[in-house]
Amino acid sequence: MKRYDLIVIGAGPAGLSAAIEAGQQGLKVIVFDENAKPGGQLFKQIHKFFGSKEHKAKIRGFRIGEELLKAAAEAGVEVVLNAVVIGLYLEKEITVRMDEKVYHYKADTIIIATGATENMIAFEGWTLPGVIGAGAAQTMMNLHGVMPGQRIFMLGSGNVGLVVSYQLLQAGCEVAAICDAAPRIGGYGVHAAKVARYGVPFYTRHSIIKAEGTDRVTGVTIGEVGPNWKFVPGTEKHFDVDTICLAVGLSPMSQLAQMAGCAMEDNPKKAGLVPTIDEYGETSVPGIFAAGDVSGIEEASAAMIEGRIAGAAAAYRLGYITLESLEEKTAAMKKALSSLRRGMFAPENRGKRIEKTEEGCDISINLLEKGYVAADEITRYPGVTAKKGIHPVVECTQNIPCNPCQDVCPKQCIKIGEDITALPRVEEFVECTGCGLCVAACPGQAIFLVNSGETPGSAYVTLPYEFLPIPKAGDKGYACDRSGHAVCETEVVTVKSISAYDKTNLVTIKVPVELADAARAYRREVKA
Amino acid sequence: MIRDRSKDIGEYRPASDDDMLICRCEEVTKGEIRRAIHDGMYTLTEIRRYLRVGMGLCQGQTCTRLVKAIIASELGTSPAETKPATARAPMRPVEMKVMAKDTGGSKDE
Repeated sequence: MKRYDLIVIGAGPAGLSAAIEAGQQGLKVIVFDENAKPGGQLFKQIHKFFGSKEHKAKIRGFRIGEELLKAAAEAGVEVVLNAVVIGLYLEKEITVRMDEKVYHYKADTIIIATGATENMIAFEGWTLPGVIGAGAAQTMMNLHGVMPGQRIFMLGSGNVGLVVSYQLLQAGCEVAAICDAAPRIGGYGVHAAKVARYGVPFYTRHSIIKAEGTDRVTGVTIGEVGPNWKFVPGTEKHFDVDTICLAVGLSPMSQLAQMAGCAMEDNPKKAGLVPTIDEYGETSVPGIFAAGDVSGIEEASAAMIEGRIAGAAAAYRLGYITLESLEEKTAAMKKALSSLRRGMFAPENRGKRIEKTEEGCDISINLLEKGYVAADEITRYPGVTAKKGIHPVVECTQNIPCNPCQDVCPKQCIKIGEDITALPRVEEFVECTGCGLCVAACPGQAIFLVNSGETPGSAYVTLPYEFLPIPKAGDKGYACDRSGHAVCETEVVTVKSISAYDKTNLVTIKVPVELADAARAYRREVKA
Repeated sequence: MIRDRSKDIGEYRPASDDDMLICRCEEVTKGEIRRAIHDGMYTLTEIRRYLRVGMGLCQGQTCTRLVKAIIASELGTSPAETKPATARAPMRPVEMKVMAKDTGGSKDE
């Protein structure tokens, strides 16, 4: 039986990061993954990540995946694909299904990084073809280039539901609506605003009553959820759709830890049954670690840091590094991890209703219920300033750990400061050159350049644009406001797509000056 | 956690959604699960053995949470109080012909 210093189960962001860290310390590492491709969910993540530099912010997920694979190869890590770990036994022996056989491997340390599985909910017709997980829709679109359907209904307004809805629009699908049984949108406001401005309506306090159709989905009926979690009669709404996506949360896939005898806890803050771990990710069984979603559902950025910490801890366990070295190495990682766990969406704030930002601004009720900040609410945020000449308008209204806008501005006219969750503010007296780097860098697509005053009566609004076909100067279309309503006809003045923007195109449209603070999306066509 | 088996949860009463499939792999309906609970199966493990829920192709990835919620609702408890089912190998469905080819060793040895 082959022996390794470390066996990592799962080649996603946590597993690969763990393997890289341990491999760099000299451990003999093997990673098993049941999928045909490594990277876990990273290669489905075509959007730019939130966070700061150390969290790989503003880099698209699939590029992070490519970086990790390269680093793993350089660290001498063996990655075995199509390898299903089917058992984890005493003395850290595992059984792996490969080809049509079962093999055994043994290691001195094990890192479980098996990730999570999508939750489902049951309603009439939920087993009809056409009812799919949002993650499945993302796999179809972003890995296989297959449209999940023409017209989609999304249940669930957490970040997964919002991000996948946006990607569905990018794939050319129509998103009929997004609903959530909760009274408020669960994910980042900026993600909601990204779909709202392209006309996707939100129905909070609503859930699916039934999926319609006999042999496939042909529609959906939703209804308002009353205080006792029963549908309120007479509130039914119908949508003609061919696909229903469920984005109702993830559950840690922790069965291997359970089988290995690790102490487990059913913790709602971690979204399910997880092994109890210490600050290095070590479970109650010495030498068995857990990292990433399997130890509690979070973003991929957190999973990568957890993986690195566990990898370093495994190196310490086996005597490859000293305790001092472990503490020194992980101090910065722990700091980076705790900064990701701050702000309004921190795990400890799950389910809490937050009324004000750290700065004392009232949270937009419209944003939480309809997905966009109303015109009379937007001016209360420090990134939204009105002045003549070109300047950024930063419509960032919730405290989330993210700061690429501050780092990217060559003139330092956008400031967040040391506190990564603070709202960005625009320095009024610093001149903006209109380079557009902030517009492209913002993972939430919440930054716009507004230029009024150059031409009497007109204003120019520069928007991030990530749809195909890429518009050309002179194209006609409509300017839409934050709610997705067309406010005027418009013309594209310039389109900038440079490599520093990383595939986010900057489209500048011309609108009447009084609409400079309203126009936030360009659409070629709008429905009557 | 030891459940109080003497707890009176009342009679099984038919409901309009009893025909709804919960475990799609093994085609077990909500009504069958509810009836099993009223027959005295109070834990996931018991229901799994009794009805085969969660023992099909997806190994409970889809329905475990749903079954937990049904148990909690019938017993008037919370899903977090429901003990998880036993985790044992194989974690994924493996055909008997593959199991029979357990090499006992590693690949390329």
